[in-house]
Amino acid sequence: MESLEEIKDRIEAAMAGVRLAIEGKSLVVGRQHLLDVVRFLKDDTGLAMDYCSNLCAVDWLPRTIKTRECDRDVQRDVPGHLEVVYDFYSMAKKHGPLQLRCRTEGREGTPSLPSITPLFRGAEFQEREAFDLYGIRFEGHPDLRRILMWDGFKSFPMRKDYRPPDDYEYEPTPHDEVLEKAKQHWPAPASAPVTPSKPA
Amino acid sequence: MFGHGLLQGLIVTARNFIRSYFDPERLTTVQYPEERVKLPENSRSFPFLVYDGAPDNLRCVACKICEQECPPQCIYIEVERDPKTGKPVRRPRVFDIDYSVCMQCQICAEVCPFDAIKMDQVYELAGTNRFGGMLHNKSALLKSNEYYHQIHPTEADEVDAHLSQSRKKMPGATALSTGPKPPNV
Amino acid sequence: MIQPLTTTGSGYELMPKEGAIETQTLEVSMGPHHPSTHGVFRMDVVLDGEEVTRLKPVFGYLHRNHEQLAEQMNWLGSIPFTDRLDYFCSMSNNWAYCHAVEQLAGIKVAERAEYIRVIMAELTRLINHSCLAGFLLSDAGAWGTPLLYAFREREKILDLFEAASGARMMCNYMRFGGVRADVDDDWLAAARKVVGNYPAFLDELEALITGNEILLARTQHIGILPRELAINASITGPMLRASGVDYDIRKVDRYGIYDRFDFRVPLGEVGDVYDRYYVRMLEMRESVKILQQALCDIPEGPFDAGVKMRNFKVPAGDGYGRIEAPKGELGFYLVSEGGTRPYRYHVRAPSFINLTILENMCLGHKVADAMVILGSVDIVLGEVDR
Repeated sequence: MESLEEIKDRIEAAMAGVRLAIEGKSLVVGRQHLLDVVRFLKDDTGLAMDYCSNLCAVDWLPRTIKTRECDRDVQRDVPGHLEVVYDFYSMAKKHGPLQLRCRTEGREGTPSLPSITPLFRGAEFQEREAFDLYGIRFEGHPDLRRILMWDGFKSFPMRKDYRPPDDYEYEPTPHDEVLEKAKQHWPAPASAPVTPSKPA
Repeated sequence: MFGHGLLQGLIVTARNFIRSYFDPERLTTVQYPEERVKLPENSRSFPFLVYDGAPDNLRCVACKICEQECPPQCIYIEVERDPKTGKPVRRPRVFDIDYSVCMQCQICAEVCPFDAIKMDQVYELAGTNRFGGMLHNKSALLKSNEYYHQIHPTEADEVDAHLSQSRKKMPGATALSTGPKPPNV
Repeated sequence: MIQPLTTTGSGYELMPKEGAIETQTLEVSMGPHHPSTHGVFRMDVVLDGEEVTRLKPVFGYLHRNHEQLAEQMNWLGSIPFTDRLDYFCSMSNNWAYCHAVEQLAGIKVAERAEYIRVIMAELTRLINHSCLAGFLLSDAGAWGTPLLYAFREREKILDLFEAASGARMMCNYMRFGGVRADVDDDWLAAARKVVGNYPAFLDELEALITGNEILLARTQHIGILPRELAINASITGPMLRASGVDYDIRKVDRYGIYDRFDFRVPLGEVGDVYDRYYVRMLEMRESVKILQQALCDIPEGPFDAGVKMRNFKVPAGDGYGRIEAPKGELGFYLVSEGGTRPYRYHVRAPSFINLTILENMCLGHKVADAMVILGSVDIVLGEVDR
């Protein structure tokens, strides 16, 4: 398989107005060009990326990145965003992986990204999972609804700022802060005391 | 012939049925609980604390490494303090393991630097209460080194050899005060 | 007067003509409490008579949020949780996770440990595929006879796992850079005995099942999965190979030491349920070949790379590592920020993704066939829901 730079040059040459970036081992695509790039990768005879192996969402909170550029310490504020990572392989040519990343604008509410389900049927359940657990709305998805959590569930469990409710689980032997939370909600059962046992 | 495959299948089951009266390989069940299958030596179920000689002479020094590394966080340890000075002594005052939370993953036994917590083989544990009925405290967890030799002979021999070697390097030290030097975990 | 039935008629001449009866579609929830759905899995089917017109899989009943648990646990502590993903094949899950972390951290695995890992993974493949044959026939109505024959062999292999790692199913055996404990010569001799007896067992199972006319009638030309749809729907594992696509990650990625073993990849022709079942039978024979070679060639040496387990840190970066688990491609996408915990931990579960085209395969077939098709997809809910 060609190197990432070669693939990037070919994509930029083939489609006007598309600019990609290379970060680590992956290509970063803007959300407006995602479908075109994926279609190019799939239809290209040299690459033939016909198998979307993995579609995974990552939550990045707003953070400050400190790097050293030109002998000076530079601080960059990166706003919080959600990111979807795609891993493509080729079953026809048996090469891969090619990793793509696509970022949303911000992470409030349910930011949206285009869905690649019309091109890759295998992305259907994985995009539903990303919607369910992270709250990314995929436009163009045929059936976007919750898949792992129940239908009436509010908020998105895998986000970094998700706070679980205090009384979601009864802990039989709590201690430290779980013990404090338990004391607020559950009366201690009559037979066994909630506090740890006396020393033997 | 139509039905040939069915007939072959029936011949296989008939062969198995008749041979199960003669061939021990074909009869694969035991009359539990009157007979029990002998477990392999490495088999593990729940953790227990090891003591040498008397229950007071336990190997655990309350370093809390097993509590930190336990994946489902089922261990609760409180360090004993000297009643006069209030300084921590190397013994646990409280050592609770909740068997209903324990995953039997053996990570506590792996990371213990003092060979104090090992895996038992009992699986016939039934509690009457789901919440706290399976909470075992220190006295319930303490079992002797002789028992450890019974259930895991090879492992116990290795541990004994290792411990006696490290104790030789520190003359006059007892297991209670300083304990053996922790290996590189 | 009622006219006598003619010999050529089907008897339906006595019934009123089409259109005079009002029919209605029936919505059935083949619900989470079901002996044949391989776990707590629900299918909402809309039936027209007995024919399936719509099928929506609903799952999430076993969702334990394994991915979030792993973000709060250190790298070593996730290994017991990976056992519980595909709880049938815990050795493979451990290997997939350790493989992904080793790729990310650049740890080289000890030689003997590589052989032990291959032996454990192929033994896992044997138990998974033979039990699939059993479960598929249970779903079709064979009431457990092939299943218990498969379980007899499974018990022998689980005894091997217990002797090596300490537990039958939740093995927690692989570590980064190697395995947790060594296997001694007695164990290798016992493993050779089990593997030596396996071809005879496979012959017996094939004599029992493969030629059975009832099985042939119920599984041939049912649930056909065309090649292009299989590739497009990201299907992996024996289901993909039954549709004729030659893609086995052991041959493509050559992870571990699989390039040293001589084995073939069986492919199906039609892509129906019978092909999926038979591809698995052939794969078992190939696994026996790999096992015989690995048990013969296993070298002496250390069984781990000496990596310190406490405060184990993975350098910052991200990566996707995958292996050929018995159910398909099991991959782990890990993002590390250089600390003792993963920042993001995602499991690419084969059972979850193989369910994507369940509806396509079941449309037009009868309800009873829907169960058989689900059985041939080979799902385990621990993996589907994580």
